[in-house]
Amino acid sequence: MTFLILATIVLFVLAGIRVMSIAALSAELRNNRKDDVITDAENRSQGNMWVIFMIAFFAFCAWQLYAYGDKILPEAASAHGPAIDNLFYTTLALITVVFILTHIVLVYQTYKHAGKNGKRATYFAHSNKLELIWTVIPAVVLTGLIAYGLTVWNDVIYPGDKKASVIELYSKQFDWTARYAGKDNTLGRSDFRTIGEGNDLGLIEDSKSDDDVIVKGEFHLVKGEPVQFKFRSRDVIHSAFMPHFRAQMNCVPGMETNFEFTPTITTKEMREKLNNPKFNYVLMCNKICGAAHYNMQMDIIVESKEEHNKWLAEQKTWAQTKAVATQTASVIEQTNTTATSDK
Amino acid sequence: MSAMDSNNTHSEHEVQILHSAHDHSHGHDHAHDHDEEHEHHDTFITKYIFTQDHKMIAKQFLLTAVLMGVIAMLMSVVFRLQLAWPGKSFPILEPILGKWAPGGVLDPNFYLALVTIHGTIMVFFVLTGGLSGTFSNLLIPLQIGARDMASGFLNMLSFWFFAASSIVMLFSVTIESGPASGGWTIYPPLSALEQAMPGSGLGMTLWLVSMSLFIVSSLLGSLNYIVTIINLRTKGMSMTRLPLTIWAFLVTAMLGVLSFPVLFAAVLLLIFDRSFGTSFYLSDIYIGGQALEHNGGSPILYEHLFWFLGHPEVYIVLLPALGITSEVIATNARKPIFGYRAMIASILGIAFLSFIVWGHHMFITGMNPFLGSVFVFTTLLIAIPSAVKAFNYITTLWKGNLQFTPAMLFAIGLVSFFITGGVTGLILGDSALDINLHDTYFVVAHFHLVMGSAAIFGMFAGVYHWFPKMFGRLMNKKLGFAHFWLTFAGAYGVFFPMHFLGLAGVPRRYYTFTEFPIFNDLVDINVLITWFAIISAVSQIIFLFNFFFSIFRGQRSSQNPWKSNTLEWTTPVEHIHGNWPGEIPEVHRWAYDYSKPDREEDFVSQITPLTEKEIVEGAH
Repeated sequence: MTFLILATIVLFVLAGIRVMSIAALSAELRNNRKDDVITDAENRSQGNMWVIFMIAFFAFCAWQLYAYGDKILPEAASAHGPAIDNLFYTTLALITVVFILTHIVLVYQTYKHAGKNGKRATYFAHSNKLELIWTVIPAVVLTGLIAYGLTVWNDVIYPGDKKASVIELYSKQFDWTARYAGKDNTLGRSDFRTIGEGNDLGLIEDSKSDDDVIVKGEFHLVKGEPVQFKFRSRDVIHSAFMPHFRAQMNCVPGMETNFEFTPTITTKEMREKLNNPKFNYVLMCNKICGAAHYNMQMDIIVESKEEHNKWLAEQKTWAQTKAVATQTASVIEQTNTTATSDK
Repeated sequence: MSAMDSNNTHSEHEVQILHSAHDHSHGHDHAHDHDEEHEHHDTFITKYIFTQDHKMIAKQFLLTAVLMGVIAMLMSVVFRLQLAWPGKSFPILEPILGKWAPGGVLDPNFYLALVTIHGTIMVFFVLTGGLSGTFSNLLIPLQIGARDMASGFLNMLSFWFFAASSIVMLFSVTIESGPASGGWTIYPPLSALEQAMPGSGLGMTLWLVSMSLFIVSSLLGSLNYIVTIINLRTKGMSMTRLPLTIWAFLVTAMLGVLSFPVLFAAVLLLIFDRSFGTSFYLSDIYIGGQALEHNGGSPILYEHLFWFLGHPEVYIVLLPALGITSEVIATNARKPIFGYRAMIASILGIAFLSFIVWGHHMFITGMNPFLGSVFVFTTLLIAIPSAVKAFNYITTLWKGNLQFTPAMLFAIGLVSFFITGGVTGLILGDSALDINLHDTYFVVAHFHLVMGSAAIFGMFAGVYHWFPKMFGRLMNKKLGFAHFWLTFAGAYGVFFPMHFLGLAGVPRRYYTFTEFPIFNDLVDINVLITWFAIISAVSQIIFLFNFFFSIFRGQRSSQNPWKSNTLEWTTPVEHIHGNWPGEIPEVHRWAYDYSKPDREEDFVSQITPLTEKEIVEGAH
């Protein structure tokens, strides 16, 4: 932080000097008769500026990497995560080399060939050989990158045959609801026209939904067991983003989308790794959806099979929720009838 | 009455122009006399307001773009304040924004509105209307050797549609319910339903009206540019002698003509959904306590239509900037642009590919994953022509005699942004990596560098370089140096750190990150970015001062201040109707004979005939 403040102060001093010199310059404006010609001294100083700037810029990049490098790509907690990370770091290594080399070459030209009166440039209009080189090399490298990328993409999108348990993530402005498919591992059907009091997800009468479990606030996953997420949205497009699991899929009203992954690190293990007892995996909305878009979240708990079964048993199934609701409703109705008859 | 007279004179005049363009020996004296006579008829209104002169229209576009750019930039400073110091009160905001900043703290809805309008103005009004409008208008007739655009009248309409759309867009910011705030991509249903957010009411209607007007303006302009370039080139100006600026403008206009109508269709269907009860984009929606009647549509349809424009739009923004850069770099390196034909081929390659990559904006919409693979392939291919361009620019500098005019600095700055922002495209274009980076700050960093900063630097390069052609005076070079270095450092300072935010998983369009403990470590990046944003914004004062001061008080320019080869520098400094007082010069060579051996001067104007020796050597 101190470095930040210092850097800012330095920059401001520099900016201040510049701004102050404007006053002097504006006076000069009227007298300066050589605006079209850049003098040798100016060419030299601008050529040097490129070198100074590029050193400062590389230093800035290096400092950023030093300061924030450990915060990027938090450890992947899903089975496919490391494959994505490897692809990322491979690509990053490649583009970093390109970025650094091209900039060094670029700035070397500005330094070396800064204009001088009387000097003459070399008339060099084209070279088929050079152009062939820098068409073919990128083409070859890109072919490799495309092949590698598509392999990873296929592995992520079409994961193994192991049977995944189904969980629905239902989005609306501005919260998430998770629905477990229950013992039959099949979600009951739904229709948006039946949404109403006590039926937030618009479930319709369907025996398959009786064992579904609906939870809010947080949802739990089992380490090492694949989960097939099915996404729905009630109102606008949302996006279910779970950065630690390298998982994201849009939730689109009118259609169901899917994403499957296997968590590999429990919340407890991750807390120990990070030495942060408060850490939680999080599901966030990553498609602009309205005023509270920035706070549409749900915690994700990854745990062992035993812990998970225990937790799930504590939750009410849809059948139980309905029974309670019917009971409450009939109680209310009775109370109302009594109240009316009392009158 | 006098306005009508002058209109008549105009059409007569155009006939003369066409005549003289086709028949040089004839048109000459006639056109000349005509101009003298013409000056007489110009009233203030026909000269400065409803003008049909391409040079004046270019200036109108530029001034409008400068105004819009300043507004959009100030908007970004306001939302950057909120991001760096969330919830902190800035008393200065309340009197300006009123109920949108109660107690000096920005309202979340208005935060989204600012982000949306900032993006809309920058992409469409500054970098499309402003960039193409200014430089296509100014340079096409001057560099191809024509007396004006093919249709001065359509050109005038193009500007006034642009002005009208700008006014509607700015007006929308002032209305009670606030402007459009669903992001510049305005995905339905968010943008279609007033119940979803306040900005989707009247504000969105005005946005759609404004964009429709904008599309009309863009199409009128583009058709005119294409027709002019194809039909009105002077004698000897073959397609392979055109400066690369013109090639870039031509291809840009073609992209616009092919893709903007698709955006118009998307906008129109959205208007229908909003106002006439259709369901193109809407289905299964329960909002505001009721299930909507709309059923059977798909928001994904909108995304396909939008990005079918949206991706070519990136190149509509970028190609003119690259064209300007080619011209500025060659002139100031005092060298031919390296690989002229490869540059044309890469412009065409980029343009073609730009139509078949739109799906990379939609990898995680639930689109068929196989289709995703196809778009990965086409997207990464675009890196090849882009790499060719970058390498060719660098080679053009090699063994040059580099004149660091402010325009040259900005052009080289563009090359740097183009590389830095471009390489991260290899990451985002890879669907597997996009899963984790889609809609994060990594994307914000990527496109602000490769298309935002690069294109705006192209525009600055153009302004500094052709300011003498527009205003007959020069901008101050020392202020130009200061402007360049501060803006260059500022832009990198703003956008480079955003890569780290994105990789840490921070989503874009978040009012604040403080609701997520996992982002607590990153708060100071935001402070740093905001300081750089403020520095960049303040540096633009230098530019504005230099720009307006030099219009009136700058040093008078000579006819060809940069010792350039292209035709625009053969016209007199003073603007006249029809551009050349006499016959339009004939072109004998390409635009890039800088530092040609056997020549005394280090430049050879395009109007200089080839020598015997050159003909033998096969020069063109």
